[in-house]
Amino acid sequence: MLQVKNLHASINDKEILKGINLEIKAGEVHAIMGPNGSGKSTLSAVIAGKEEFEVTEGAVILNNQDLADLAPEERAHKGIFLSFQYPIEIPGVTVTNFIKTAINETRKANGLEELSAKDMLKLIREKADLLELDRKFLSRSLNEGFSGGEKKRNEIFQMAMLEPKLAILDETDSGLDIDALKVVANGVNKLKNKDNAVLLITHYQRLLDYIIPDFVHVLYNGKIVKSGGKELAHELEKKGYDWLK
Amino acid sequence: MELKEKLVSSFLAFENKGGLDLDSNVHEIRQKAIHNFENQGFPTKKDEEWKYTNLKSLLKNDFNLFPSTNKSVEFKDVERYLINEIESYKLIFIDGVFSSFLSTTTHDEWDICVLSSALTKPKYKMVVDNYFNTLAKNNNSLSELNTAFAKEGAFINIPKNTIVPKPIQIINFSTGSEKEVILQPRNLVVVGENSHVQIIERHQNLSKNTTLTNAVTEIFVHKRAIVDYYKIQNDTQNSSLIDSTFVSQKQQSVASVNTYSFGGKLIRNNLEFQHEGEYITSNLNGISILNNKQHVDNHTLVNHKYPNCESHELYKGIYADKSTGVFNGKVIVQQAAQKTNAFQQNNNILIDDGATINAKPQLEIFADDVKCSHGCTIGQLDENALFYMRSRGIPKKEATALLLFAFGNEVVEKIKIPQLKSRIIKLIAKNLGVNLGFEM
Repeated sequence: MLQVKNLHASINDKEILKGINLEIKAGEVHAIMGPNGSGKSTLSAVIAGKEEFEVTEGAVILNNQDLADLAPEERAHKGIFLSFQYPIEIPGVTVTNFIKTAINETRKANGLEELSAKDMLKLIREKADLLELDRKFLSRSLNEGFSGGEKKRNEIFQMAMLEPKLAILDETDSGLDIDALKVVANGVNKLKNKDNAVLLITHYQRLLDYIIPDFVHVLYNGKIVKSGGKELAHELEKKGYDWLK
Repeated sequence: MELKEKLVSSFLAFENKGGLDLDSNVHEIRQKAIHNFENQGFPTKKDEEWKYTNLKSLLKNDFNLFPSTNKSVEFKDVERYLINEIESYKLIFIDGVFSSFLSTTTHDEWDICVLSSALTKPKYKMVVDNYFNTLAKNNNSLSELNTAFAKEGAFINIPKNTIVPKPIQIINFSTGSEKEVILQPRNLVVVGENSHVQIIERHQNLSKNTTLTNAVTEIFVHKRAIVDYYKIQNDTQNSSLIDSTFVSQKQQSVASVNTYSFGGKLIRNNLEFQHEGEYITSNLNGISILNNKQHVDNHTLVNHKYPNCESHELYKGIYADKSTGVFNGKVIVQQAAQKTNAFQQNNNILIDDGATINAKPQLEIFADDVKCSHGCTIGQLDENALFYMRSRGIPKKEATALLLFAFGNEVVEKIKIPQLKSRIIKLIAKNLGVNLGFEM
């Protein structure tokens, strides 16, 4: 599904990603771990198409299509979803109105008709229940005054609504207490199927107890320095990152 | 002939056909006003208060001072400029002349009618003598000019203990019967003790011809009265507006003036609040969304003279293309005005490199036991927020519009009439060039 080939990316002429190779197949869960400043968030932002980063070499390929010339919204329309570490607050735009706009723009881009108000409401309720979201939550301004847990649940709610092919969860576990973490992980697991894939970006092994990865990669100084199965995460938890440097 | 000379020399003719008793106070007021205007002339860029707003090229037009009103206007021509989703009183003027056909007035329990009748009918003599031009006089030369030619406009006189059940819409249309025309509407609003009134005001050019509206509104808010005033400024690219609004408040009253500037060639708003008692609240809210070469200048003044009063000022601006904005917010807290709470906030977003904002918060505080704050920001669109929305599949244009909505939302939230709020939201969406497919 996703191929990252020798990806180099910089911001303000400073190279952050220094040749990343990664292949994710449908049905798989991958985790990328690494210390602060290793380039984890940059990798997720570059895949999602953030324009501040310049790809100097290599490519990101989704279902045999090079994404190089695609804007962030076009990547979203093709099925890439990025859950933000720090979701943005948008006062005056409700959760419902925001997701309605996102869904209908995506449908429009894919040649589908806009969802009727009735179907939209049904879908919203179904997915809100999945994330154990209070109905009142849906009419609040997007992320405004949300707790850390609410913000992350809202991210996964949007993911549930958009049903992406590839979901990238950037530090979704940060700022979550254990109960919120379970709700979020449970939501992700329920959305997981053989046709989609998940890329977890995380600092800690904690999240991986709830969303079990098929592969774990260690990112250090802009490169993947080690890959392995889920047991690698436990090893990192015990030994830290120093032994890999 | 220069416009100033033209105005001054036509004053006599105007007075003679005005139907006014030449012994009346109004006659004297007008004469003083034209005299003051003649002495002062139009403001120039040398005036500190007009440093960033240049009237020079506007005043070069060969304006017609007394538009003829041959064009008949049907309800269907103006319907879309009215807020029809609610019942309201309507005071509609076509080329400066009251249209009884399009209006809905009353004299029953309170007066919602026209200034021409107030100025000429004996039963209103007391009101006119007590209030007319008491706030606008000796203020600025443009207000003097308006006073000299004051003849028509809204006259709203609400007795005490009255809640006016419907909002009042005041709309000045110009039909373009002349190529270039000056309109000078004059409104007088008197709200008695414990009374409440909501007013929506709009100026609308129905043609492509050039108009200059020089409007003056005086608002008197008595003890414990509440006034909500909304100004919709969404006129054509050939229309300019100089709008002076003077508010005088007695103790425990609450007055709010909300200004939405979306359209017009040049807009200058002079908005002044004078406090005449304790425990007064004044609210000043505004939002400007401009593009092309539009220019909007908001000059505000809150004069705190008594203790225990508060003022809340919030102005936001979104400037695209080569548009320019001016914000000059003056707050005076006089020595007697202890325990004043005065807050002022002015936030601006410049979307394009060619856009300009000149912002000047001006606080003059002579009392020592007060809470006063002001904040002024000038920024650009938040790139992270844009990326967030685009990563959810929302295209850049729509994402930008949503962000700008979010930016302006705080001002829109102040609107207390739901139908007006939804109208303003639609106007904002239209000005941002998007159809968001939902109402917020």
